[in-house]
Amino acid sequence: MGRMRSLLIPGVDGRLLVKDAVKTMPELSRRRFIASGASLGALTLLTGCNVSDSFSAEDMLKQVSKFNDSVQALIFNPDALAPTFPESAITRPFPFNAYYALDDAPEVDGRAWKLEVRGLVDNKKSWTLEELYQLPQVKQVTRHICVEGWSAIGSWTGTPLRDFLKLIGADSRAKYVWFQCADKEGYNSPLDMRTALHPQTQMTFKFGDEILPRAYGFPMKIRVPTKLGFKNPKYVISMEVTNDYKGGFWEDQGYNSFSGS
Amino acid sequence: MSSLVVDDAQTSRASTKAIQPAWVRTLHWINAVAMILMIMSGWQIYNASPLFGFTFSPAITLGGWLGGGLLWHFAAMWLLMVNGLVYLVLGFVTGRFRTKLLPITADGVISDTRAALSGRLSHDDLTKYNYVQKLLYAGIIAVGVVIVLSGLSIWKPVQLQYLTALFGGYDVARYVHFICMAAIVAFLVIHVALAVLVPKSLRAMIIGR
Repeated sequence: MGRMRSLLIPGVDGRLLVKDAVKTMPELSRRRFIASGASLGALTLLTGCNVSDSFSAEDMLKQVSKFNDSVQALIFNPDALAPTFPESAITRPFPFNAYYALDDAPEVDGRAWKLEVRGLVDNKKSWTLEELYQLPQVKQVTRHICVEGWSAIGSWTGTPLRDFLKLIGADSRAKYVWFQCADKEGYNSPLDMRTALHPQTQMTFKFGDEILPRAYGFPMKIRVPTKLGFKNPKYVISMEVTNDYKGGFWEDQGYNSFSGS
Repeated sequence: MSSLVVDDAQTSRASTKAIQPAWVRTLHWINAVAMILMIMSGWQIYNASPLFGFTFSPAITLGGWLGGGLLWHFAAMWLLMVNGLVYLVLGFVTGRFRTKLLPITADGVISDTRAALSGRLSHDDLTKYNYVQKLLYAGIIAVGVVIVLSGLSIWKPVQLQYLTALFGGYDVARYVHFICMAAIVAFLVIHVALAVLVPKSLRAMIIGR
């Protein structure tokens, strides 16, 4: 027994180890098996620590999420269009989803509202709803996919963001278009420029042929069918073209930033 | 002391032919860890928008909330996919799949199942899989491939829209992903139970003999 003690794993109950091994290995080579030190009971003791609570595990996960941003950017095909559907496929009623209840959704006065434009653009003038409504609009019937997993098909009409960015002389080599919203907590979300320039990324003013209702983001929503729903901000009040990553409401809490579909 | 002599003779014979080669054992246990992380974090994600009328108890989910579950799921997926890919490549290239998993015959499966259920299935030669093992191991490899593909199709339904379409669209692909998970969990329960019931097979997967 004295000689065997030197072969045991430190910190492990030696009697438990031997008992386990003897119980599970009734036949030959018992000594060789113990020498290898592989006992299931003992291993459970060693791995009993709660890894998921430790600070370094969360750091590692966030690093991998950043790596995933790069991978997703790599596989993002700017020419791949999100599948479109007939009007009959529209989910009715289209769900309302937010971190607050519908009663607490922002109530924006469309006559007083102005879209503020900031950052790396030639023309920083603010835009009223009347002015924005003048711009050419297109309709899309696409699938909205929530980070939660569910999806719903909706109809959104508005101005392609890339046309607007061209109009205001935005620097298309900048990294992000960052949006801010009217809710109490100041919802915000960054959009990578390649996605901002995607043909289906839209400054949305209508849902299902009617002016955007309060539930779906009146007066303006950014529709991004190549990303998850939380990257489609509602009740937008300002946008900034920037090279700085300024975080986002959900991104800061751990949701993946690129979140492309 | 005479048993030591017998041990040494058996050692030299056994060391020339491992029941499970080192690469198989390594990839097997990495896969076990990766699978458990994927399943538990997957359950956390499922809970955010359940497909059926139940959720998984927080005691058995990983991540704490949807955001945490997603972080774990999209981290462990790399472990699963890289390790799985290496296993598939080596399995084909070394001929291991051909020699270990084929042939599978209906008669063989039926007779070995009967033998297993009546406790008469022999495990004298662990280097050969019986028909039940061959069917289940070949099957679980196929399920593993489908769960990864269906997962990719719900992760990238726009960028990989042709793959998603193959599964019948985004909503159906979610169900396929869930059903594959259920099959893997069922396999796990049986697999672990049988490995414990035939401990020398578990030992072979740990130290190779």
